[in-house]
Amino acid sequence: MKDEISEIVNVENLVYKKTPLMTDNILSYCPGCGHGTAHRITMEVLEELGIGEKTIGVAPVGCSVLAYEFMNIDMQQAAHGRAPAVATGIKRTWPHKIVFTYQGDGDLAAIGTAETIHACNRGENFVIIFVNNGIYGMTGGQMAPTTLPGMKSSTSPYGRDVHIMGNPLKMTELIAELPGTRFVTRQAVHTPGNVRKAKRAIKKAFENQMNFKEGINFVEIVSNCNSGWKMTPVHSNEWMVENMFPFFPLGDIKVDGELVNK
Amino acid sequence: MGELKLMKGNEAIAEAAIRAGVDAYFGYPITPQSEVIEYLMVEKPYETTGMVVLQAESEIAAINMVYGAAASGKKAMTSSSSPGISLKQEGISYMAGAELPCLIANVVRGGPGLGTIQPSQADYFQATKGGGHGDYHMIVLAPASVQEMADFVSKGFDLAFKYRTPVMILSDGLIGQMMEKVILSEHTPRWTDEEIIKLSPWATTGKPASRERNIITSLDLDPYRQEEHNIHLQKKYKEIREKEVEYEEIMCEDAEYLFVAYGSSSRIAQKAIKLGREKGIKAGLLRPITLYPFPSEAIRRLSQQVKGILSLEMSAGQMIEDIRLSVDCEMKVEHFGRMGGVIHSPAEALQALEEKIIGG
Amino acid sequence: MTEEIIIAGFGGQGVLSMGKILAYSGIMQEQEVSWMPSYGPEMRGGTANVTVILSDERISSPILTEYDTAIILNQQSLDKFEKAVKPGGLLIYDGNGISHHPERKDIRIYRVDAADEAGKLGLAKIFNMIVLGGYLKVNPVVELDNVIKGLKKSLPQRYHHMIPDNEKAIMRGMEIIYPVKGS
Ligand SMILES: Cc1ncc(C[n+]2csc(CCOP(=O)(O)OP(=O)(O)O)c2C)c(N)n1
Ligand code: SF4
Ligand SMILES: [Mg+2]
Repeated sequence: MKDEISEIVNVENLVYKKTPLMTDNILSYCPGCGHGTAHRITMEVLEELGIGEKTIGVAPVGCSVLAYEFMNIDMQQAAHGRAPAVATGIKRTWPHKIVFTYQGDGDLAAIGTAETIHACNRGENFVIIFVNNGIYGMTGGQMAPTTLPGMKSSTSPYGRDVHIMGNPLKMTELIAELPGTRFVTRQAVHTPGNVRKAKRAIKKAFENQMNFKEGINFVEIVSNCNSGWKMTPVHSNEWMVENMFPFFPLGDIKVDGELVNK
Repeated sequence: MGELKLMKGNEAIAEAAIRAGVDAYFGYPITPQSEVIEYLMVEKPYETTGMVVLQAESEIAAINMVYGAAASGKKAMTSSSSPGISLKQEGISYMAGAELPCLIANVVRGGPGLGTIQPSQADYFQATKGGGHGDYHMIVLAPASVQEMADFVSKGFDLAFKYRTPVMILSDGLIGQMMEKVILSEHTPRWTDEEIIKLSPWATTGKPASRERNIITSLDLDPYRQEEHNIHLQKKYKEIREKEVEYEEIMCEDAEYLFVAYGSSSRIAQKAIKLGREKGIKAGLLRPITLYPFPSEAIRRLSQQVKGILSLEMSAGQMIEDIRLSVDCEMKVEHFGRMGGVIHSPAEALQALEEKIIGG
Repeated sequence: MTEEIIIAGFGGQGVLSMGKILAYSGIMQEQEVSWMPSYGPEMRGGTANVTVILSDERISSPILTEYDTAIILNQQSLDKFEKAVKPGGLLIYDGNGISHHPERKDIRIYRVDAADEAGKLGLAKIFNMIVLGGYLKVNPVVELDNVIKGLKKSLPQRYHHMIPDNEKAIMRGMEIIYPVKGS
């Protein structure tokens, strides 16, 4: 048995290798959660672009608060919602470094709305990776600004009533309207095909940061939160395709500073 | 007698708010207090008593929603845990300045920063010394049981309106997450518009021809008038210190040593006292119920009876400063407490008393 | 009388709800009760525990480092809490998934294979009630009547049709619990 394995496990047969820009720590995410994939492709992009050593990441408050445990680069952890302001502080003082924030929907589109909009409007030159799972995963499944109408959460136990709780916020469309954004796109990571597309988008975002002096590059990843949605991982992905995608359609919204006409 | 229920401390705050005729709750989720808004959303008081419940986009927004409702004479409240309470400080300072009644519950967790979600008592300074900018205080109530979590909601509003001041319930993750028996009070109806206008003639309820207009502000650019305003605030705080001190003495009659502890630490101290008395150590407990105003007189009186005082707080020692200010400087006063979300055990508390006070 | 209990296992095993039913049963017989859970992200598939105190007197500390009874549903919890049982106290555990069995000689140890039994009975969802039954057999801190009343109080109305199954599970637990020899 051991011999058989060592026969198979050799360099010629290698088809996939974990990027060294991910640490060996065991991911703290629930099995089936999209955060892990989003982390991995972000780090693979940094590796492929050869910029791991000059990149500084900013972790949010949310399930990905521990992103610094998994991303094997220099990282800062920001207060809830303030990552775009923290990133501004880094990039303005270290303009030759590569900077990104990684944020959830509560962090980016509720408590951090002001920081998000103003960083985008100022045209800061960093990347924002926005993982939108329509819920507050970290705190146990409360309503998020992106929770769909009628969707149940622990603070909308009878379903989101838009007349009382307001409407879900399409932050990505909103910031695409601002002159300070260069590349704005919405992706997903629930199938291999989508993972490849999302990774291409993230790569473009970082390349833009390297090639231009200003403009936010914003990649939303619509993701599942199987725990918060109280579903199995498989069912949560089906539910996401059926319910989240019609409201948050995938695709590029702004490319090279121009809105994409649909 | 009211209804008997088994509830978490956080749920008790929410249920008590509905029953106390509160007009509005504004909040933002944070562990370990999210059950307050979750409970309210399940109960939907907006369909029964008409109480507004809204999940705000941030704690900053929530406290300013409270400002708006309170300035129009409504009973408005919010709750959060330490990082969220830090964000509310601006709003609280404005409300103290504008003399607005409101209730804020802090279910404290370990800090500083994002810290931990486990219980702590390290927000004592922030709560009792002002917290935001300017010379102000809140009345601070420290519940030690789920029952008190419920009771202090209406008590808090009574004090808030009596003195036109923000009132804080300072609890922690232990009291918030624990379930105990609660006897719930009967429902008090919400105030009618007429009652509000009568009770709070200062409130912005719309200017009738019969009165001058009401303005709610904390601003007065004229330093002399601003000083007048500060003198007025200080008079109010003095009156609060004279009239509103509350505390409980447990096994103090024959005590040779004294624990001073509030909230969850006071529960742990009681067990430590029991363990101590089994060994022949005569300790007692003074439990401040109001942290501002602080029961300095009671502590001073007991300090003349006991040989030493141990301040038991889940912090690096904050209340101990107020204890030291209450007693003669020769008095032996020491601190013991675990930090960062670790809860001290009764055995540790007793050991600290033996080592730092009895032996030391 | 004061009974200080720790119930510990994986999140999702019904640890917290078993404690809640015990606490409610205590209320039904006019005792003072406290229920203090471990809380936070560690509950996501990790371990969960709850301290329940039933007493005729006002309860002081709701958290403890020593217990009269430990009810243990997984190995991690056994490793953690076996040593926290007071001398002469009681340890009840489900043998399912346990490789290092309890070893203390100065406490009473009982085993209730509730997970297996629940599988057989098709009552997997209320396996915690089998454990509770076992505990009440060894230490009848609350009367069965009061447990049923407590269940009615703690379960939402829509689950009340499950009370007979719960009762059955409790009775079964009382039958299958057995003392571990040599302890
Ligand atoms: C000031 C402040 N308020 C509230 C919280 C509690 N909190 C932690 S994470 C979070 C929401 C996270 O949701 P999201 O950003 O959508 O991330 P997810 O966990 O879903 O990935 C909240 C409200 C906090 N840590 N700080
Ligand atoms: S709670 Fe939701 S977002 Fe958080 S790790 Fe689990 S599945 Fe992912
Ligand atoms: Mg989210």
